[in-house]
Amino acid sequence: MTMTRDPEVADAAADRPPRPPSDVPAHRKRRRTPMTWLRGGGLSNLAFVAPMLVVFAVFSWGPIVQAVVMSFQKTNLVSPPVFVGIDNFVRVLSDPNLGTAVVNTLYFALLALLFGFPLPLLLAVMMSEVRRGKGLYSALAYLPVVIPPVVAVLLWKVFYNASPDGVFNTILGWVGIPPQPWLQSSATVMPSLVLEATWAAAGGAIIIYLAALIAVPPELYDAAEVDGAGIWRKIWHVTLPQLRGVLFIMLILQVIATSQVFLEPFLFTGGGPNNATLTILLLIYRYAFQNSLGGAYGEATALSLMLAIFLALLSWAYFKLTERWSTN
Amino acid sequence: MTGAPDQPLLDRPHGAAPRPRLLGLARRGRAASTDEQGDRGVLSTADRRRGSVRASMTFVHGFLFVGLVVAGLGPLLWLAKAAVTPTQDTLSQPFALWPNGVDWANLESAWNDIHIDQYFLNTIWVAAGSWFFQLLIATTAGYALSVLRPKYAPILNALVLATLFIPAVVLLVPLYLTILNPPVIGTSLLNTYWAVWLPAAANAFNILLVKRFFDGLPREVFEAAKTDGAGPFRVFWSIVLPMSKPILGVVSVFAVIAAWKDFLWPLLVLPDPAVQPLSVRLPAVQSQTELDVFLAALAISTLIPVVLFLLFQRLFLRGAGLGGAVKG
Repeated sequence: MTMTRDPEVADAAADRPPRPPSDVPAHRKRRRTPMTWLRGGGLSNLAFVAPMLVVFAVFSWGPIVQAVVMSFQKTNLVSPPVFVGIDNFVRVLSDPNLGTAVVNTLYFALLALLFGFPLPLLLAVMMSEVRRGKGLYSALAYLPVVIPPVVAVLLWKVFYNASPDGVFNTILGWVGIPPQPWLQSSATVMPSLVLEATWAAAGGAIIIYLAALIAVPPELYDAAEVDGAGIWRKIWHVTLPQLRGVLFIMLILQVIATSQVFLEPFLFTGGGPNNATLTILLLIYRYAFQNSLGGAYGEATALSLMLAIFLALLSWAYFKLTERWSTN
Repeated sequence: MTGAPDQPLLDRPHGAAPRPRLLGLARRGRAASTDEQGDRGVLSTADRRRGSVRASMTFVHGFLFVGLVVAGLGPLLWLAKAAVTPTQDTLSQPFALWPNGVDWANLESAWNDIHIDQYFLNTIWVAAGSWFFQLLIATTAGYALSVLRPKYAPILNALVLATLFIPAVVLLVPLYLTILNPPVIGTSLLNTYWAVWLPAAANAFNILLVKRFFDGLPREVFEAAKTDGAGPFRVFWSIVLPMSKPILGVVSVFAVIAAWKDFLWPLLVLPDPAVQPLSVRLPAVQSQTELDVFLAALAISTLIPVVLFLLFQRLFLRGAGLGGAVKG
């Protein structure tokens, strides 16, 4: 694209202040006055920045700052907020439910890691090797992600019907396994939640792994074959090392996501039976919005801040630890 | 946020390849033009000729097909069947195909009696507004930060990126209080759609995606337009936006899907049933609704996202892969 440049227009376009008279000292040449700001497009710049500035200030930056402030205040909607120091943190940490919530959340995250992490990888590797039907397979795998999560949970709640004629219990009956209580026993409730969550999320991970698998340089496989590597050794020594960057990120993202699990326990069980699915987010929700004594907003923000700080430290430590492995 | 692709994402014209690639992403410095047929995975051509490999690949095909049809399509098909089956049949013989006839009236009662029609409209309204405001903020902010680049752009950019690292749970309570008592306007936004639309618009991920895409657009075109006398608004509207259809498509899909899926936030800020979307209403009506009608309601609520997915499959899957590219 060649163009003949009109010097004047080019000057204005380059956002330069007009040439100053020669008697102005050199250090003042670049001084910006409202006039130069205006000519440089300051007003139109502002017009484009303003919507984002307002929305972020009110609905993102403001509330983030407010969260920190509120965690040190007693806030109810009636009287003005009072500074209470670390009272909120003390009260949250001495809440007997906190231990239960932390253990349950860790349990959920661990189960989700054991079942939910390897499965999409395995499926993606298989899908990338088949020559026909890849499009169909990825569409099928992604379908559960498209179903609205609320609908998925409510549907699975029907599947988990504990009577012998429930959907899953019927299937178990075909292979001779006795009916399970699913959501109704504290022993089986958490694995049931994880099963649904894994089903709902696997498709997204599969698509991401497929994209990463396409990017593995084929020369590496050629070279491995020259060295006499079989299929499994190629997977172990080429595929997995090439994916490790994506795998590391997906792992920490999954941990961050599962430690904030809310929808499944809230809709499946409401935290029951016997608080067996009370998670940290459910506790935060209870503090703020399900409190017979009025919203304990201070406690809720204190707990969410502690969770956020913990996750930040965890991610930081994780990246420090994997830094050496994930780059060559 | 490493691994930024070197060139604009999603820049392939539709249908350029004879066999559409799963993800039109040029990643990790590999040329996007690499013919997929020339690519290879773990298996070499020699491997594929071996009898044992052939047999296992047949098994892989069968496993993928059966597994993905059962897991991906199965629940949807069951839901479609149960939506037009009387409650008793669903409860006693969940896998029998209409032992006592089809009950089409379920769909009608779901639509009319539990007012799925009303909540459907509410959902569409929520999604449409979220889409509009997210696109508005993402494009104007992306244009300002990428093309106009005022002096304060780096600061804004950093502030926007920083919000990506804050877990959403931190915002929950302070954002709720902001909605109850917003600055300047002085009247609560509770039960208005603004309470959903505006916080959704403060989305740093969208801005990041759009800005990166704008970064990759050729500057000469903007300069040429400026030389021809086009102002910043004209360049934005007539040049940048028309060149950015692919990324606008991705952001649109993200926005609509997120709005359709969202549960907790609308539950908090839209307590009036008359304005609630489906995701909030479905759990609420469950206890007072007969199972067959409820399943019909679930089926109707799933229909639109699934149809959208089948229509815009490539866009969805590309978007999902893109999320991975940015995360990776």
